[in-house]
Amino acid sequence: MLLIPCPWCGPRDESEFSYGGEAHIARPREPDALSDAEWADYQFMRTNPCGWHREQWLHTHGCRRWFNVERNTATHAIHAAYRIGEAPPLREPAS
Amino acid sequence: MQRYSALNIARHAASGHRHWEPAWRQAAPRRRYRVLIVGGGGHGLATAYYLAKEHGITDVAVLEKGWIGGGNTARNTTIVRSNYLWSASAALYEKSMKLWEGLSADINFNVMFSQRGVLNLGHTLQDMRDIRRRVNANRLNGIDGEVLDQAGVKARVPFINTSSDIRFPVLGASWQPRAGIARHDAVAWGFARAADSLGVDVVENCEVTGIRRENGAVVGVDTSRGPIDADRVGVVVAGHAGVLADMAGFRLPIESHPLQALVSEPIKPILDTVVMSNAIHVYVSQSDKGELVIGAGIDAYNGYGQRGSFQTIEHFLAALVELYPIFSRMRLLRHWGGIVDTCPDASPIIGKTPVGGLFFNCGWGTGGFKATPGSGWVFAHTLATGEPHPINAPFGLDRFETGALVDEHGAAAVAH
Amino acid sequence: MTQPRRLAEGGLIDRGEPLRFVFDGRELEGYAGDTLASALLANGISVVNRSIKLHRPRGIVGHGAEEPNALLQIDRGAVTLPDRRATQTELYDGLEARPAVGRPERDPGAAMGALSPFMPAGFYYKTFMSPQGWWERYEQVIRPAAGFGYAPNGPDPDVYDRCNVHCDLLVAGGGAAGLQAALTAARAGARVIVADEQARFGGYLLASRAWIGDESAQAWVARTVAELAAMPEVTLLPRTAVFGNYDHGFAGLVERLSDHRPPGKRAGPRERYWRVRARQMVLAAGAIERPIVFGNNDRPGVMTASAVTTYIRRYGVCPGQRAVVFTNNDSAYAAVEALQAVGVSVVVADAREECSAAAAAARDAGVDVRPGSAVLSAHGRRQVTAATIGDLARQGQQRVPCDLIAVSGGWNPAVHLHSHIRGPLRFDHDLATLLPASGPDYVRSAGAAAGVFTLAEVLANGAEAGAMAAAALGFEPVMASVPTVRDDDPAPGALRVLWRAPLPSEGKLPAFVDLQNDVKTSDLELAVREGYRSIEHVKRYSIMGFGTDQGRLGNIVGSGIVAELLGENVETVGTTTFRPAWTPVSYGALVGEELGALFQPVRTTPMHDWHVARGALFEDVGQWKRAWYYPRAGESLDDAVRRECLATQRGIGALDYSTLGKIDIQGPDAVTLLERVYTNNWRKLAVGRCRYGILLDENGTVLDDGVTARLGEHHYLMYTTTGGAAAVLAWLERWLQTEWPELDVYLTSVTDQWAIMSLAGPSSRDLVQDLGTDIDLDPQAFPFMAVREGHVAGVPARVQRASFSGELTFEISVPADYGLFLWERAFALGERYGITPYGTEAMHVLRAEMGFIIVGQDTDGAVSPLDLGMQGLISDRKDCLGKRSLSRPDFRRDDRPQLVGLTPDDPEVVVPEGAQLVHNPDQSTPVPLEGWVTSSYYGARIGHSFALAMVNGGRARHGERLTAWDLDAGAIAVTVTAPSFYQPPRE
Repeated sequence: MLLIPCPWCGPRDESEFSYGGEAHIARPREPDALSDAEWADYQFMRTNPCGWHREQWLHTHGCRRWFNVERNTATHAIHAAYRIGEAPPLREPAS
Repeated sequence: MQRYSALNIARHAASGHRHWEPAWRQAAPRRRYRVLIVGGGGHGLATAYYLAKEHGITDVAVLEKGWIGGGNTARNTTIVRSNYLWSASAALYEKSMKLWEGLSADINFNVMFSQRGVLNLGHTLQDMRDIRRRVNANRLNGIDGEVLDQAGVKARVPFINTSSDIRFPVLGASWQPRAGIARHDAVAWGFARAADSLGVDVVENCEVTGIRRENGAVVGVDTSRGPIDADRVGVVVAGHAGVLADMAGFRLPIESHPLQALVSEPIKPILDTVVMSNAIHVYVSQSDKGELVIGAGIDAYNGYGQRGSFQTIEHFLAALVELYPIFSRMRLLRHWGGIVDTCPDASPIIGKTPVGGLFFNCGWGTGGFKATPGSGWVFAHTLATGEPHPINAPFGLDRFETGALVDEHGAAAVAH
Repeated sequence: MTQPRRLAEGGLIDRGEPLRFVFDGRELEGYAGDTLASALLANGISVVNRSIKLHRPRGIVGHGAEEPNALLQIDRGAVTLPDRRATQTELYDGLEARPAVGRPERDPGAAMGALSPFMPAGFYYKTFMSPQGWWERYEQVIRPAAGFGYAPNGPDPDVYDRCNVHCDLLVAGGGAAGLQAALTAARAGARVIVADEQARFGGYLLASRAWIGDESAQAWVARTVAELAAMPEVTLLPRTAVFGNYDHGFAGLVERLSDHRPPGKRAGPRERYWRVRARQMVLAAGAIERPIVFGNNDRPGVMTASAVTTYIRRYGVCPGQRAVVFTNNDSAYAAVEALQAVGVSVVVADAREECSAAAAAARDAGVDVRPGSAVLSAHGRRQVTAATIGDLARQGQQRVPCDLIAVSGGWNPAVHLHSHIRGPLRFDHDLATLLPASGPDYVRSAGAAAGVFTLAEVLANGAEAGAMAAAALGFEPVMASVPTVRDDDPAPGALRVLWRAPLPSEGKLPAFVDLQNDVKTSDLELAVREGYRSIEHVKRYSIMGFGTDQGRLGNIVGSGIVAELLGENVETVGTTTFRPAWTPVSYGALVGEELGALFQPVRTTPMHDWHVARGALFEDVGQWKRAWYYPRAGESLDDAVRRECLATQRGIGALDYSTLGKIDIQGPDAVTLLERVYTNNWRKLAVGRCRYGILLDENGTVLDDGVTARLGEHHYLMYTTTGGAAAVLAWLERWLQTEWPELDVYLTSVTDQWAIMSLAGPSSRDLVQDLGTDIDLDPQAFPFMAVREGHVAGVPARVQRASFSGELTFEISVPADYGLFLWERAFALGERYGITPYGTEAMHVLRAEMGFIIVGQDTDGAVSPLDLGMQGLISDRKDCLGKRSLSRPDFRRDDRPQLVGLTPDDPEVVVPEGAQLVHNPDQSTPVPLEGWVTSSYYGARIGHSFALAMVNGGRARHGERLTAWDLDAGAIAVTVTAPSFYQPPRE
């Protein structure tokens, strides 16, 4: 049961949030210019790492804001939460 | 291979069971194999068995990083059914179902496939439309099935909640009599023993750390027990498919999620079938040991921790008690999680990859156990011939490019 | 009534409050403060159950969560409780218990024992394979033999409570270490929760004869608990098990509130589920004494030494009259003392060659201590009658009469809660067990749970853990001076690792590793012989540790034996994962009140009660209750729907449309948002006009549809489907926030703020006029697909002219609180036009006659707008979500399923929805599928049955004849047509 630090509201129980999957996948500006493979890559292909993962969360039952979280998918440790548009906070490679 | 039978048990009883042989050899990996299978779960071991049995290819090793059957094979709720909506899926799961029906005899290992039937409940008018559509498709595809009304459900599960205070009433169900459950561990052990007896090396405690490639084709793997060369490599690692794809330099349309399950304390037989519900999201069966085996959907986030969040369990249980109020006083004995690799269309990927000679079998999501023999059978064909069998042809990685998804979420679409 | 094994004095029971209870039909008596187990022992009941597989008689072994045998069925009927451990069941007046397996006396299944040689580990895997398909028949015999009890036979009459709390420190376990930790942290100012699964705090101190400072251990417990109870920020939770420890400081606790009271005196919730988020945790759940395996070690009268001590000292019950104590460490000398103190003669088989100080002290006190010895086997069937004690070094053996064998093989710290959060474990060679290694920094184990056993050290260790937690929380801990401790009970001390005793000279006897599952050492040997070498394989093959005790007694012993068999050390062999729950927890408690109407919210419209009064039946759509149809007396669904449809065509039909999703969109970039999410063009939509649009997901399949109205320069109102409203809003918000933050546009859900009455039919304009309105209803001034704001019936209203039925329609939106007023007013004035309420079923018929789709019924998540024939709605001058996917090869295929109409040959036959379309249903399977029926009705307005369907390449197949096949309805001949059946009247 995660404790998620919403950048707007502070730490809240996971049950208040919805998950949005991998973050920083920008929608192509000109989809028509892409090949089918490139479009598939945007739509479906995911990094899915075992380890640190930057992902989107929505504070559904709170401020209703989307934000990003860097979380370890193996340990569930949360390194940081940061707002949309912000750069991910630095993380010591060893941590 | 020592034959397993009641008679042989009696014979061995006389000598205190001191002369049973190992079910499979503790094989050490050789330097080279014709075919390597990465992942010693049910699917990988079935692949090895059918490679040897159906294609005569026995120069095969199954590489397992821990103990065989220790991943999702050991963690699932063992439901076997083939009542899928789309013909492509139906063909795949029905192939598997037919193999299940003869499996214990085929591999001389009782996998306890219990065809006690599966009910998929409908709670809304749209659920019932979807059920009828699916069962009609099943029947025309040669798969058994019936549509039951509420009384028909009640006849099979007398204690199901049909009172007026249930939030979403039970309007009916689809019923597949040939569906059921099996003993999960036995599937891994049985296939391992059968494959071993045909000459396959089952190598435990051998973790693949790299996939070696030359000129765009696979030439072998690096492992914790040294490099191993191979002509073809089949990767069947369930939740870790993305990690192995990363080793081979490509990405998959897969996300790995926790999937949790739980059992109650064991009680005397009360539930003689398997009951699944999407709207009141839970499924339950009773193991031969008497435990209620309970599961539902995945946890929302990506996770490799083999654990999810307890709120998910709370939701399973609310659904359980809503549907079966007599279970309220039963108790949660043990809960656990596995890692499932989910595809956008809830269908697996079985076939070629961008790397020559390297084949993946993954993306089974929450439903891989039921497919174990069928998955192994078609993947063996794919590894033996280099081309997919017609049954797994629709399940190629290329479908994400062409748009030919096999959308098994479809039947559960809501909104109107 | 007499309690033959009850001591005349001593124990923490109240001899002044006798409690009557029934076991297996026998009326017995115990005292307040007893557990069911202590009361059974007091009554001299040795056999409490039968073993699950071999039906061997079994007695009580332990005194807590580790008990493998005494699983009893408590009470009857809907309130019965299966699988209850007698050791954790508080006795109450009127308790009724019976064995879960077989009968203690004259058990009909006892013959199973004779079949034991034919049922070694894994025998199921080797047999019952033929004839093929017979497994279910074998199961008919096998299944009833399994299971430890019976489910209740009716719905649970009890209620359960749930609360969410935050605390600075959660202390799991209220024994010496836990209380000290709590006290230290609480004195420093921390908000502390202390939970203990027993009815009273104190843990092992309740059976201790130690002195702490100048008071007895029990007095120290009472004083400490009193001090904690007096602190406002401390919550003491007895009868509360911390069952699970989860990520980020979340722990689950269940408190028993009423099960310990007599049935007539229970009030309020049965249990309370505490969802605790703790900043720090001290895990002080103690340790569990493990046995040593020997021949016939399952005979009633074989118990753990600590259980013997506990029963004597805490419950005033002496479980035997002549005892053998078998140990490999010092802690069992507490049992020796306890037995001796109540006059029981004791022989000690101490596996250690060297006589420890504790052993020497016992010998000095006159006890027959035999160093270097082991119990090799027990004798007796329904009660131990003797033990064979053997010399470990010299093979000699002797039979010693006894009725009690108290065993100690060392201690296993309860590392479960540490392990739940993947806290690492390390193998400690001195204790020969697993100890918590460093885990998450907010979690500390203390006391016996951390492998600390000497009381003075336990108290110091607990205080230290509490102080460290307090310091981590930012409090300044005051280290209280640890009181001097005098404890004559020895700690385990040096241990001789011994997992199983050698074989006695009489040869191999059944020796059990897992009592609950009848797993013997021979089963482990067989598993290893057959190549199941990983401890997980051994466990799964032999089912060791899969019982309700989760292998608390046997798992480490099993690992030790497997290590010996493999010639490896225990550390390498390892053990299996500890999984939640620590002890079983009721589903009811975890569910609380989230059932029925609270399972998911029920949403109703402001006119709901009117529909109910009018006899409507309802359909669940998402969380909404929508009126489905309004049958009159004697009407079937079909009758009612035909009537409702015709009333709409001929006069006025009134539909409660309030459930439609409504999203208010405002801002200068509102139209840009619409352009990006809808497939069609929005820039030219004039104020006061509305337009139909479809939303696609990025995969190009239809997500939702609806009409959007332009209310002002930068103001739009988007209607969504009833079920899709929340998802569409969330989806739009997501794109705005994550991808298009530059757009100046704001979304507000106004679904619940507006009630909508849709008036359809030729007289609808007249009725709106009659209701009174300041809106010009003239068709020129207020054309189709226009929206106007003003008043209707004297209340503010927004009127929209769209039509889902093809009839002249005015959709009147009013603030929700006016909904019922408008509805009733319209029905009062509309009587002259024959106003008739119609429900979702008639709505579906009317729209289907028009060929309008319902997303989710006619589409299934794989359907693109091209498949629906909506090419015209896809703008080629702009991009929108999902559009790129439409040009992928598979979406361009001619033979994709496409929306068509169907007319059955027989105009009275309605094809079942969900029927499949084929050429010839009688050909051999698999029959090629040509499509499926999505919507199908009798069209009252058109006078015949019809359907909508998806047919492969269907747009090019109009006129083709197909067979609709349904498993119940059979084959129905149909003709493919265009998906449009009703010619709406022209204005």
